[in-house]
Amino acid sequence: MKEKNKYQSRRDFVRKAGQVLVVAPLVALPVALARKTNASGYVWQIDPFKCTQCGQCKTNCVKTPSAVKCYHAYPMCGYCDLCGGYLRQGVKTINTAAENQLCPTGAIIRQFVEEPYFEYTIDEDLCDGCGKCVMGCKDFGNGSLYLQINQGLCDNCNDCLIARKCPSNAISRVPADYQYIPKEKDGVLHK
Amino acid sequence: MPLQRSQIWEYMDVIVLIAALLLTTWLALKKRSRQGLVWMSVFSLAYFGFFREGCICSVGSVQNVALSLFNQSYSIPFTALLFFMIPLIFALISGRVFCAGVCPLGAIQELTGYKPVRLPKAVESVLAAVPFIYLALAILFAALESQFIICRYDPFVGIFRLDAPYTMIIFGALLLISGIFINRPYCRYLCPYGVLLNIFSRFSRRHLTITPAECTNCRLCENVCPYDAILPSDMGLSSEEPEKSRKKLFLYLLLIPVFAVAGALIFRNLGPALAGIRQEVRLAREIRMEIETGTEAVSKDAVAFKEAGKTEDELFAEELMIIERFRKASPWAGVFLGLSLGFSLVALTVRTTRTEYVPHRGKCYSCGRCFKYCPVEVKKPS
Repeated sequence: MKEKNKYQSRRDFVRKAGQVLVVAPLVALPVALARKTNASGYVWQIDPFKCTQCGQCKTNCVKTPSAVKCYHAYPMCGYCDLCGGYLRQGVKTINTAAENQLCPTGAIIRQFVEEPYFEYTIDEDLCDGCGKCVMGCKDFGNGSLYLQINQGLCDNCNDCLIARKCPSNAISRVPADYQYIPKEKDGVLHK
Repeated sequence: MPLQRSQIWEYMDVIVLIAALLLTTWLALKKRSRQGLVWMSVFSLAYFGFFREGCICSVGSVQNVALSLFNQSYSIPFTALLFFMIPLIFALISGRVFCAGVCPLGAIQELTGYKPVRLPKAVESVLAAVPFIYLALAILFAALESQFIICRYDPFVGIFRLDAPYTMIIFGALLLISGIFINRPYCRYLCPYGVLLNIFSRFSRRHLTITPAECTNCRLCENVCPYDAILPSDMGLSSEEPEKSRKKLFLYLLLIPVFAVAGALIFRNLGPALAGIRQEVRLAREIRMEIETGTEAVSKDAVAFKEAGKTEDELFAEELMIIERFRKASPWAGVFLGLSLGFSLVALTVRTTRTEYVPHRGKCYSCGRCFKYCPVEVKKPS
């Protein structure tokens, strides 16, 4: 009987020691991370100055259509008649005919302001984030069109698929207090 | 510009998580209701799976914890930390109740698996080592800011969202189909969080029991567990010579440091290969190939690199730095795997004196399938 008690107490000791060993990191973890937690978390966002408009955002986002949309920095826009973001390269006539439009979904609306200026607005419901207009505007205009992740649509996946696919590493976590990187403000984080 | 959807839901998730864990604990340990646990799975699948679209989950939160521990600039969202810790705390109190009815990944498999087939023991033990490797790699890659591979290869999140790359849909569907016969394949042979729950649950204060009262050694439950998690009683079995098992124990104890060192060496040499998970490293290899052999680098990454105007030297310097970091960090993954192997060998030599049939605390998912096979009934006080 005595023998068995000894046996049992050794077993209890191993058990207790094991318990302490697993509880210790569980207690240590919140202590270690006490200063490194935040309540608001992060969101994924595109840095428009790194983006090369490769088109991966359109096809790789888990949302269909992609949560990436085109935005327009109006202060940078030249309001051109011959708009590189709106019109296909080498168009014969400048008008709103479908065959002249660069946007495959017709998401850009062109409105006359005054001679010779036109205003371009994006219909976000139609935009699929392909970035063709962004590239056109960058190459032939002021670069006022740029891609951003629409935070209202984004699922905020733990591992963002387009961030992984992005060839220019333009997509990263930004604090959720600043959800966009507007181009007109030189890429400073913005609420 | 539209702002992120309200974060209230994330705190709601934590509250639901705690409530669901409490309810599952009660159902598994007190009420002993398999049906209740199934309904709990249905609820969790509907809420955490289809309604909240499977993000954030405890399984993936391992990576957030790793990233915030080893990275200066990333601070972990409060809810992610809670999602990591709460199921582990419950595992210490009442076993793996999280797996039983709260985890949406477990729930979808629990509900689809109904014709359990037992695998040969050798196959089972080899496959059961995979989660350890998966966990080690997931922590390594997360800590080195590479990728969240647990999220990337989450087979069921695509089903929850009804939208995913088709390869992942096929993977998920294959798991579910094989899960009809080999129940919970993801939990058993892949889930990295299950490794932690397994370790924590071994030291739980209380745990689900097969019998509501005293085991009569009737052996009716012997073969009913689809996870091979029922430990038979040792009554009537002749055990090994004490002298022999003591010798084995000492041998295995000596092997633990050997395995750890071997693991560290293997993973140190694997470091540069593992670094290939970083896009910069792959790109640098492609560019170097272009310079050395003249094969034109045509990948999207290479095109973007040429457009961005970064110099090749900068890229190669960055590659070198990343590989160096992998060389420093990856031996620890090897040490972890070596220690795990060593301790699991030691566990084989432990002499048991069981007088009843009990669930294996590490392996038991507290699913409650064994309840109905136990003929023992608690006499109600009349």
